[in-house]
Amino acid sequence: MDNKVNYLLRLGDNAMILSQRLSELCGKGPALEEDMALTNVALDLLGQTRMWYEYAGELEGRGRDEDKLAYHRDAHDFKNCLLLEQPNGNYADTMMRQFFFDTWHYFLIRGLLSSSDARIAAIAEKSLKEVTYHLRRSGDLIVRLGDGTEVSHARTQAAADELWMYSGEVFVYDAVDNAMVEQGVAPAAAELREQWLAHVASIFAEATLTMPSPDAWMQSGGKQGRHSEHLGYLLAEMQFLQRAYPDAQW
Amino acid sequence: MNTAMTAAEQVWSWLSEVSDPEIPVISLVDLGIVRDVQMQAGGACVVTITPTYSGCPAMQVIADSITDALRVRGLSDVKLVNQLSPAWTTDWMSESGKAALQGYGIAPPAEKVIDISGLHSPISRRPQPRLAIACPICGSTHTEITSQFGSTPCKALYKCLDCREPFDYFKCH
Repeated sequence: MDNKVNYLLRLGDNAMILSQRLSELCGKGPALEEDMALTNVALDLLGQTRMWYEYAGELEGRGRDEDKLAYHRDAHDFKNCLLLEQPNGNYADTMMRQFFFDTWHYFLIRGLLSSSDARIAAIAEKSLKEVTYHLRRSGDLIVRLGDGTEVSHARTQAAADELWMYSGEVFVYDAVDNAMVEQGVAPAAAELREQWLAHVASIFAEATLTMPSPDAWMQSGGKQGRHSEHLGYLLAEMQFLQRAYPDAQW
Repeated sequence: MNTAMTAAEQVWSWLSEVSDPEIPVISLVDLGIVRDVQMQAGGACVVTITPTYSGCPAMQVIADSITDALRVRGLSDVKLVNQLSPAWTTDWMSESGKAALQGYGIAPPAEKVIDISGLHSPISRRPQPRLAIACPICGSTHTEITSQFGSTPCKALYKCLDCREPFDYFKCH
């Protein structure tokens, strides 16, 4: 598979899988306002997914549109990082996953503004204001949960400790990522990681949370299609209709 | 040349009568969604539109409304171009559009485009420049945010601390 198509699918799959996870909370949020916020964030991510998939499908030239890419691929063809497929857990887990992702997403999208690929730069420009808003919201909630009650603090710290090992995969570049950096399409990992660590450290300090070691062992494999058992269940729900009634239309 | 100009102006004027499907008091032109109208030599009309939010579910309805509005006025060959860059901003909303929102009970955007360098939310304990968002019902600026998101991605939820009414605020974007 062409490196750029692969890279675009990774971007699209991250947004798609997190969007689906957040959608699972529709009607089940801990408060009405949170319910609406989660599903609005899911909607933004779904819109971004469509832009990445549409471009990936065009470049690939095999006639796969956004629906085919979302519904006609099995788990090993998805290239999202493992963090995004982790279950919603309690609300601290949901928001910690979101905060780790939003922080990376924000700095990545800022980097993609100067991509050598004009279409990628345009999609980044379209997404950036949404992504900024997401990051403000999730950082704010981490502070409120971390520096909240004893229970919320303990759960938020546990969520950070549990999800930490999934936070580093986005910075582990393989041949696909490196080719994108060489072509000026994507920003390098080192700077992104530095920005990510600095922002997470500042929010954790305000939230009275202890940040796990940046040198801790990190999970990886999602980008290459090696997923946890969670992704299959997620796809089973997301793809059910298209599996049962192939190519059904609204 | 002159007739081409007139035809494009005519299309702009027709489009200024097409309402947003979610907020019917504001037109697609006042909202800043219609970016360009070009009349081509063969009679085709090319309308460039830009999405508000990337996941806005109203975009398909908006595209259909434009095509329908022009078809009933005799323009059968309408091409829609979806433009991502420059990205839509609430700065493009017209003053009359903002006034219409206010009259409809939605507080219009209070400042310029969202500051993409700002990493902290207005609810954060860090000192933040406080926006004076006026209650669309009583006009008081003694208001407070309840949620960063409202009934659509483009809105946030506020409440008025004087007349106690909750209201939608059209976010700066």
